[in-house]
Order: sequence, then C-alpha cells, then structure tokens
Amino acid sequence: MPNFRAETRAWLEENCPPAMRTRMPENEQVAGGKQARYLRPEQKQWLDRMAAKGWTAPTWPTKYGGGGLSNDEALILEEEMQDLGCRLPLRGMGLSMLGPVLLEYGTEEQRQTHIPPILKGKIRWCQGYSEPEAGSDLASLRTRAVLQGEHFLVNGHKIWTSNAHHSDWIFCLVRTDPTAKKHEGISFLLIDMDDPGVRPRPIRLISGASVFCETFLENVQVPAGNLVGPLNKGWTIAKRLLEHERKGIGGIASRAATKFEVPLETVAKQFAGERDGQIADPILRDRVAAYSMDAHAFQLTRRRAAEEAEAGAPPGPLSAMFKLQGTELNKRRYEMLLEAEGFQGLGWEGDGFTNDELRFTREWLRSKANTIEGGTSEVQLNIIAKRVLGLPD
Amino acid sequence: MPLILSDEARMVRETALDFFRERSPITALRKLRDDNDPVGFSRDLWRQMAELGWTGFLVDEDDGGSAFGMTGLAQVMEASGRTLTASPLLSTALLGASLLSHGGSDDQKAEYLPPLLAGEHIFALALEEGTRHAPNQIALTAQSDGSGYRLNGQKTFVLDGHIANTLIVAARTANGITLFLVPGDAATRKRLIMVDSRNAASIRLDNVKVSPEAVLGPVDQGAALLDLTLDRARAALAAEMLGSANEAFDRTVQYLKDRKQFGVAIGSFQALKHRAAQMFCEVEMTRSAVLAAVSALDQNSNDAAALVSLAKTKANDTLLLCGNEGVQMHGGIGMTDEHEIGFFMKRSRVAQATFGDTAFCRDRYARLMGY
Repeated sequence: MPNFRAETRAWLEENCPPAMRTRMPENEQVAGGKQARYLRPEQKQWLDRMAAKGWTAPTWPTKYGGGGLSNDEALILEEEMQDLGCRLPLRGMGLSMLGPVLLEYGTEEQRQTHIPPILKGKIRWCQGYSEPEAGSDLASLRTRAVLQGEHFLVNGHKIWTSNAHHSDWIFCLVRTDPTAKKHEGISFLLIDMDDPGVRPRPIRLISGASVFCETFLENVQVPAGNLVGPLNKGWTIAKRLLEHERKGIGGIASRAATKFEVPLETVAKQFAGERDGQIADPILRDRVAAYSMDAHAFQLTRRRAAEEAEAGAPPGPLSAMFKLQGTELNKRRYEMLLEAEGFQGLGWEGDGFTNDELRFTREWLRSKANTIEGGTSEVQLNIIAKRVLGLPD
Repeated sequence: MPLILSDEARMVRETALDFFRERSPITALRKLRDDNDPVGFSRDLWRQMAELGWTGFLVDEDDGGSAFGMTGLAQVMEASGRTLTASPLLSTALLGASLLSHGGSDDQKAEYLPPLLAGEHIFALALEEGTRHAPNQIALTAQSDGSGYRLNGQKTFVLDGHIANTLIVAARTANGITLFLVPGDAATRKRLIMVDSRNAASIRLDNVKVSPEAVLGPVDQGAALLDLTLDRARAALAAEMLGSANEAFDRTVQYLKDRKQFGVAIGSFQALKHRAAQMFCEVEMTRSAVLAAVSALDQNSNDAAALVSLAKTKANDTLLLCGNEGVQMHGGIGMTDEHEIGFFMKRSRVAQATFGDTAFCRDRYARLMGY
C-alpha cells in the first residue's frame, strides 16, 4: 500500500494540470457528453488522462476501461486527490448511478456498449424516474412502453430529469404491464435521446437556474435489447439505482469539507466579527459549533460504515441514514452560512455582493432540493422505520 | 484511529453485556433505591467486576493491571449503561485508577492500587463546587504549613463520595491546583439522594491536615493531570450514556410494535415512526463519536480532547432525547414508577450534567477548533 500511495501521488503530480488543482466553480464541473463544452483546455486534458488511466471510475473492471482498484486503493486515490486539491475530472449520472447498475444487472453486450463511453465522458446520461403524478409514490408511474416486435413504443411524461437538455441518453422507468400490481409491472429501459420523440424542456427553479427539466416521450422507438434486467422486474433495479443515487447525494456534506471549501466558522468570523480568536457573537458561535459537531459526528459515522464494510460486514443499517442526514446537514450548513453573512447573504445578483456571497445564496436555494430529490427525507425516515427498525406498515 | 472493535474488545463487550444482563438488571437498582441501601451499590457485584479485570484496564501491567485501555473500558461502561447499573466504575476504575496511574508516586501506587484493583477500596474525585461542571473554578484551599497542608472548603456532587475510602481532592495551592489523597472519614460528608438513584455526596473539609505524601501528582500543576483524567471520564461516561440511550431506544421500538390502539400497533403511525427513525440516527452518530473519542484517547491523538467534547455532547443530547421520547411514546404507563422506562429519563438528567453538559462541551469544542 505505501507503494501504491507513492505511485499514485507521483502520477497525479505529473498529470494533474495546475489549473485543475483549484476550487472548481459550479460551471466548470465536467459532465461530458456530446454537447460538452470546456471553458478551459485543461478540463478536457485532465478528463482524458484520468479516463485513459481508468480513474474516472477507479473501482470498475479494467475490461470495460475502469481502474480495477480495490476499495482500499480507491480510498487512497481519493485521499491523494483531496490532498493535492485535484478536481473530480468527471461526474454525472452515468458514473454515479447507471454504471454500477449495469455492472450488476446489465448483459455483457450492454456493458460493452455503454460503460466505456460513460467513463470516458463521451455520453452523458439523465434519469427518467419521477412523473407529474409519481413523486414520492414513484411506483405509480404511468409512462407506457409496449413491446411491438423488436421495439418498445414509449409514451409518457417525465419530470425533474436533471440536465436532460444537455444529455444524450436517458434511463427510464416505464410501465410494461398495466394490469399487474404497481411494483410488478415496471421495466428499466435505456433510451437514446436522439429520437425526435424525446423532448426535454428546462424548468426555471427558485435558484434561477434550470438544471431540472420535464421530458416528453412521444411514440419513441426503443430497441428491445435496451431493456435492462427481465421484463416487468425493473423495480428491483430501480431501487438499487436509488441506493447509488442516495449515496451520492448523501455525500454532499463530506465533499463540503474538501480542500477549497470555506469553513463555516471562517465565514462567521469574517462577517460577525472576531474577539479573542472567537466568533464575537456568542449565540452565533454556539450555533456554529452545534452544526459543526453534528457534521463531525456524521463524518465519523460514514467512516465507521466504510471500516465496517472493509472488515467484511454486510452493508448495514447505517447506510440507510446517510441520504437523510447528509442532505439535512447540507441544508443546515447553508442556513448557517446565510445567517452568518447577515445582509450580505441576501443578494441575488449585481456588484453589491461578492461572487462568493452570491454563490452561497444560490447554493442555499439549490440545497433545498437535496431533501426532496432521490427520495424525500420523509421517505428516508419511512425506509429506516420499516427496514431497520421493523415497524409495521 | 479505528472505529471498529478489535476481537479482544468485542469479547470484553460480549462478556460485559451478559454479566450486567444476568447479575444487575434494573430491578437491582430499584431494590437499592427502595431499601435505602446505605452503600448505594452492591459491593459483592463490584468485587465480581474486579475479578473480571475491569478495575485494571487503565492500570499498567507492572502495577497489576492490564492496560487494556479506554476502548475496552468503554465496552464495560456501555454494557453497564444498558442496565443502569450503579457501581464505582466511573469513580474508581476510571477516575481513581487513572489519577493514581498517571500521577501517583511509587509508594502511592503500591499502597492504593492493589486494593483498588481487588474491588476493596473505593475512590471519589472531589472536584465540583458550584452548580455546574467547572473544573477551573476551585476555591477549596490547601495551605502549606511547613509540615504538610491544611485543607478548607466544600465540594459537591462528589460521585460515590458518601462511601469512598479515599477522596481525591482538587484544591487551590499557592500557585495553582494540586490534588490530594484524603481519607474519606476525614471529611464531613452528606449523602445526596439523587433523582437517578445513583450515588453522590457533598463534603466539607474543616482544617483537615494532610502530610506532604498526600499530594497526588505535581504541586500547583495538578490541572493538566486533572484535564487528562476528566477527558477519560467524559468519554467513559459518554459510553455508558450510549448504552442507556440504546437500551431506552430498543425498549421504545419494541413497545411501538407491541402496543395496540385503534386496532393497530402504534408503531404503524407515521408520527411515531419518523421520531423513532430520528432516534436511531442519533444513537448511531453518538456511537461513532464515542468510538472515535476512546480510540483517540488510547492513541494519544492531538484531536482527542475535541473528539471527547463531541462524544459527550452527542451522548448528552441523545440520552435526553431517548429518555424523553421513551416516556412520551410509552404514554401513561411511562409515567408510572412500576415501569422501567422512567429510570432512563431520570438518569439522562444526571449524566448530562456530570463532567460537562452540552453548553460546556460545545464551548470547549469551539475553542479547541479555533473559534
């Protein structure tokens, strides 16, 4: 392991461009795909080098272009990247959600076709799950797919499809048996958004951004080979993918602790003043500490779960709480940031406010979605009550 | 800094869980209370605990202990918290053993450690003087008179102080804080009857004369020794509180499954499910903080004091939550003395005040973190 750490560090130092060792503004996140635009050439360079090494997906098998690292090695890579301040070269739903599910449930042909473009950043994926009438009650979804010979014919209306207008493919939950019980008539389909029947429309959000879309599917023809897993058994896959999604969203709070993130206490000192090395307002200081301690205990719990997994324990009840706690803490962090900033946290745009101040305000609004997307906090509490505590329906 | 237990620590844990479940269920505490037991714990049980080696976890092997450390002792504390066992674990196996091991002279160790290890000699730390934990505000004085010291002042909330063979008294000397070993019967002692049926006393020292050999650790420099030991005590108490919180939580979840109203188990109601799920999260986060704290203490990490402050804070808040929610979710039966859930709520109030409530620990955490 010491060898792997030293080699990894040496490789990163040689290959990670200095411009990619800086704080990454939201608009410089690389998600790849056919429409990808790079504000700086180093973004593409960094992506290509990491992809060639397999390290955009460090633990995926090498035969699909992954890094083939053990969990231990992947953790070392992550630590070294954090330590050097290396940006994530690529992120997106292909990496965080679809890829792991294809590795588990996909056919060999599906893996060969879809996984290499995901980890090279050539194809960007979005998620067709929610519908206007199927939010928390996801399994009541109504988008229909009818098998007609070699193709499914798909019709329906998806919503909250993040970045659909920038994506190339969409993985969709569709109803293939309307007569079965709601969980038993669902299938998991991969749909090429080149089909003219797929029309994404951005939705303007409270943060002013339009990352979410609604996506209309009208007589879309999907090859039968794009069905993942058995027909009508898509719910199992859907739930597994949600676990990956929740893990990703729940990780927000830990990413906030990375090298370039400004600590809350620094912001509090800057805006509320400092006395004898302490945040001058004792009540604000107490609230900052209360938040920071909860966040600290959460980090320790994530670490404990990782250690338990490493020691061979089956994924335990701990993982059920990560999405809930991680997102609630992230919201609380932004509430605290704005509280600490006072008037300066209230700007919308213009030069009356610094870039960071405006960023925090927008991110505060964005953070509100954390406890809604990927299963609301209330749904997470239901899951813990049922699966972990065994409380009756 | 591992957050999972070694095989050895897991064995201690299993042994301790069985031990307290079998020999010291909550009925034992109830009986001590109802009998107005003058000792307030079972000396026989304490000797059995000593035979299992639990008094020696913080004592070096050269001095007859096992030096098994805080992680091991935390497993015993947690198990004792499950059954709310009254015992001198904190006062003697932790505070007494730790202060003697770290501050004691060879003579003091030779005199005091063997009976401590055997479960025969009870210690009590006489520290608090005000209405809350304030280790830096010590007014009790020890005046040097050439041939020794004269101690004058009052202490309160002295755990096991009513029965201790030896008091370890934190006193103000000419240029700082000094710790003294004082025979228990040299003090005027008044037992405090506590809401959690556990044991404490207020004591008064009127011109009590001790020899220079009674000084434990360095003269005027006792604060550092005290700090280290108090952090161990906070972490161990947090472990005990984790056990109590987990037990109150488990009992409450079971009640939610058993109790029927409106024709269904009340655990099917979302208003209760969500609160139970929240409690689960708090218990697990407390567990992580406690494991991190004892592990950091065992390894002398730089962040040990901050992690201890974190662990005690989480344990305070989580035990209060589980005690209060336990009573509320049990409904009317939870208000009765006959039911055991109320014992957890009573313990939560006392334990959170012991060696640092949440306000104290948060302030300390913020200071240690540089804000």
